[in-house]
Amino acid sequence: MEAIWNGLQNAFTLLFGGDSEVWQITALSLGVSGTATLISLLLGLPGGTLLALGRFPGRSFLMSIVNTGMALPPVVVGLVVSIFLWRSGPLGDLRLIYTPAAIVIAQVVIAAPVVTGLTAASLQQLDPRLRLQLLGLGASRLQMILALWREARLPLLAALMAGFGSVISEVGASMMVGGNIRFQTRVLTTAIVLETSRGEFARAIALGVLLLFLTFLVNLGLTRIQQRGRRR
Amino acid sequence: MNNCLEVDNLVVRRDRKTVLQVGHLTVSKGEALAVIGPNGAGKSTMLLALARLLKPAQGRLVFDGQPVESMPDLAYRRRIGLVLQEPLLLDRSVFENVALGLHFRKTPNNETARRVDEWLERLQISHLRQRNASRISGGEAQRVSLARAFVLEPELLLLDEPFSALDAPTRNRLLDDLSNILKQTSTTTVFITHDLNEASRIGQRLAVILDGRLQQWGTPKEVYSHPVNPAVAAFLGLPHN
Repeated sequence: MEAIWNGLQNAFTLLFGGDSEVWQITALSLGVSGTATLISLLLGLPGGTLLALGRFPGRSFLMSIVNTGMALPPVVVGLVVSIFLWRSGPLGDLRLIYTPAAIVIAQVVIAAPVVTGLTAASLQQLDPRLRLQLLGLGASRLQMILALWREARLPLLAALMAGFGSVISEVGASMMVGGNIRFQTRVLTTAIVLETSRGEFARAIALGVLLLFLTFLVNLGLTRIQQRGRRR
Repeated sequence: MNNCLEVDNLVVRRDRKTVLQVGHLTVSKGEALAVIGPNGAGKSTMLLALARLLKPAQGRLVFDGQPVESMPDLAYRRRIGLVLQEPLLLDRSVFENVALGLHFRKTPNNETARRVDEWLERLQISHLRQRNASRISGGEAQRVSLARAFVLEPELLLLDEPFSALDAPTRNRLLDDLSNILKQTSTTTVFITHDLNEASRIGQRLAVILDGRLQQWGTPKEVYSHPVNPAVAAFLGLPHN
């Protein structure tokens, strides 16, 4: 218990003592996971909508793939993305391995199925006759989809939060494709693993507290947006 | 040309089975046609086909003298109004719900506000203007649904059993109000119901659908005095010779 208490005290000192490396790691984590979440949203929102509203051969199969993708182990994603980005791999010429871009790619692979699957589920829970009613009121296809998105805004924002949560907290893929290189690809989760393995518990706890606080802040913001105007 | 809508040999199939057959039917401009039949007879299927929300296997629809097939679906749907059995209101204010169709048509804001306020007034729901639609009663929700359709000033209004889920006193008040509004506005209407009383209060002509087939249509007097077969007579509660 004493070690934990000391760790928390040291963590406080580290956080507010102006340790530039801690804040650099934090900024990189937010940048990488924020970018990955945004790209996942751009892919998952239309993809999930197509799965929910579309009628085409192979739709159920695609849905199964997406649902399976929602539970992809990050280390497996890290392995596959590493193979692709490895210098001798199919995308090796891009020289992305051990860069923040590689972490973004791996995190998109993790978060996109989450956002896609939850988007599809959000839209499927709406009354299917609502689509007919909107079209009957003269909505174009795009206007109908925008109205459905707005109607499902609460679960859609939950999908976004789940997507962000799945990547800000993952360590396996970031470690494998980023390499945990100091000042280049070290993010909060990989730094926590490193500091713990070194026995630097104070630093690990400080980074852990930061990670929790950041996740809380982002989700607090999204929850505020989600609940705004819920009941007028 | 006095017909708003002509239907010829309309056939709808589902899973290769014919679920609706309408030989010939016309709706004159300004009239209210009540389509009656028991539950599952194919009335709602007919309404969806008339709204082009369901593609028929065959048949011809002529709207205001023009084959509907020759018009883009969106252009056609922006000339009609549709009210379904459930109000299906969005999680927005009553004003925004009523303004929805005008918003889709990109009607200027000041005109939208004027028309929405007019119809909120006519349907006696002005006091609900800013209230979220999830916080109003079933009768009020159906009034919002009617206002949302009437505000579009549709050339053809399609109503699918809009009052079936309401209690009797609320249904009676809404039927009176709808009947008055239809008389005042002369809106061409197809009103689907399984209730003979509702049909006679709204419809200037009746169309009887049984087992997915249009059996007979005409004025209430024609239909009640000369039912074409025993099934129609039985549905209308009449003896048949």
